[in-house]
Amino acid sequence: MSVQATVVGLSEGPTLQPDAGARARRWAFPRSARLTIGLVIVGFFVLMAVVGPYLVGNPLTFHTAMLHAPTTRFLLGTTQLGQDVFAQLVVGSRGTLEVGFLAAAVATVVSIVVGIGGGYVGGRVDELMSLVSNVFLVIPSLPLVIVVSAYVHSTSLLPLILVIALTSWAASARVLRAQTLSVRNREYVLAARASGEKVWRIVIVEIMPNELAIIASQLLFSVIFAILTAASLAFLGLGNINSVSWGSMLYFAQNDEALSSGAWWWFVPPGLCIALLGAGLALINFGLDEVVNPRLHTATRRRAR
Amino acid sequence: MHYVLRKLGFYLVAAWAALTINFILPRLIPGNPVEVLLARSRGQGAVPPQEARSLELLLGLGHGNLLTRYIEYLNQLVHLNFGLSITYFPTPVTTVIAQCLPWTLVLVGTATVMGASLGVTLGAVAGWKRSSAWVNNLIPCTTFLTAIPYFWLALVLLYLFAEIVHAFPLYGGYDASLQIGWSGHFIGSALYHAVLPAATIVISSVGGWLLGMRNMMVSTLAEDYVMAAEAKGLPTRRIMLGYAARNAVLPSVAGFAISLGFIVSGSIVMEVVFSYPGIGYNLLLAVQNDDYPLMQGIFLIISLAVLGANLLVDLLYGFVDPRTRLSR
Repeated sequence: MSVQATVVGLSEGPTLQPDAGARARRWAFPRSARLTIGLVIVGFFVLMAVVGPYLVGNPLTFHTAMLHAPTTRFLLGTTQLGQDVFAQLVVGSRGTLEVGFLAAAVATVVSIVVGIGGGYVGGRVDELMSLVSNVFLVIPSLPLVIVVSAYVHSTSLLPLILVIALTSWAASARVLRAQTLSVRNREYVLAARASGEKVWRIVIVEIMPNELAIIASQLLFSVIFAILTAASLAFLGLGNINSVSWGSMLYFAQNDEALSSGAWWWFVPPGLCIALLGAGLALINFGLDEVVNPRLHTATRRRAR
Repeated sequence: MHYVLRKLGFYLVAAWAALTINFILPRLIPGNPVEVLLARSRGQGAVPPQEARSLELLLGLGHGNLLTRYIEYLNQLVHLNFGLSITYFPTPVTTVIAQCLPWTLVLVGTATVMGASLGVTLGAVAGWKRSSAWVNNLIPCTTFLTAIPYFWLALVLLYLFAEIVHAFPLYGGYDASLQIGWSGHFIGSALYHAVLPAATIVISSVGGWLLGMRNMMVSTLAEDYVMAAEAKGLPTRRIMLGYAARNAVLPSVAGFAISLGFIVSGSIVMEVVFSYPGIGYNLLLAVQNDDYPLMQGIFLIISLAVLGANLLVDLLYGFVDPRTRLSR
């Protein structure tokens, strides 16, 4: 629930750091150009994914112009089979963002449970959870995802999301655990414990809101990771090739010899969009960091004198 | 010493986890994979009689309870018996891996070290020159680099430098007309073929190192001990390297596991673009051919290699940061 709320908040902006307080909000926005640029980029792609598919034609329709360079009719040219690359790009943005945000949401929920829950409860439970997340951190994820997809042979969305989430929660969990360890003995948490609040309530109501900025930042990283992983899988021909996404566009471009026929308009845009979206998400993250981590500020200000 | 033992213990647990995941995964296959595999192998030539049994053990699908199957599976691994590859039938999986592993190790290893040293150096400089508007405006652009999919950059480089400008070969790891060996021709050809793949890894990984190092450098420079060093009138060079960079680099080293995971994942897909004869390309071949023994072998070897690299860096970290050696 709360993660969903964060996702929505990200595309809108001002609800981003409810914990940073009014002081932060007053100077953060005019100052952080990165945050603004990042929000504009991500907002653009979210808009494209939400509204875009209704505005362009069917991306799978075959036109008579095959492997045609960009024209006014086909803004980004056509594929080997005469499909409109621009329409594919727009429709593909939806599939790509869907997998990215959903997998990241699941991964974030897991990392909250393991990181904050484990960190707060402490003791054996924490040691075990921390060990498990460290193990997941060092086992390389993409080979695991590839092998699982090869075994499962599934083409539906849910297994894909779960597999990506399963391999990407560990880093966030570690960060959240470290933060929780420093928060768990603050007065307000002790007070909540003394007044007999339940563990889940302390974790969700007392601790989590204070780590929202970190959670948001980890969520953004997870989105980048999930989008890259899903695109890699689609590019390898695993997962669902028939649904249009930026990854599957690249798969078909590679397999239908877009390179040797010089059809740059086919394989350049999807990758560029992935990189741009990733850069946008990362910029939001750095903007957030500037707001939350005042040290980065003092340093620049001292020099600016 | 305690630090080393603790790290060794952790990586043993991690290796055990990788082995166990590898044991559990084949259970996800619908139907009876051993039958499917044998049927396919028979089409390619005679199957040795003990092969079915060996496959069952390896995939953990034999008879008996789970525990005995698990022990038999471990026993197979201890004897390095990964079965026969279906893609390269009847070559044993170990032989296939032994042939393709060096390609990936050398390529990814060298490129990772190059990308990391380049990124950390540039990051240190960018952090030092934090007042320069020019540098500060350039920094956000590197976020773009970090988000580029490796395989896409590989496609673009291939298009630019092999299709349009015929400067580099289109695919492969060496000139196929040459004999594999330690001859000058072969090594030259291998290097020539490695330029674009290595460039892909360096370009896509450098941004992450740079950003991490730059941010740490900026926060380290705000520390009091740096100001004290400045006040003492120490040479700039010494403050930058000995005081700031030395401390700022620690999180980059500590975060090596995550970075390496990214690089390995990216390289696997990148190899496919270049048809580079390494582990990643063969993993895809194995997946496409439902070659479960080869898939298992490659997953294990990648996991163990990454674990080994992380162990190495962790031990190195103990040297770089003496505080870790004080056991708590």
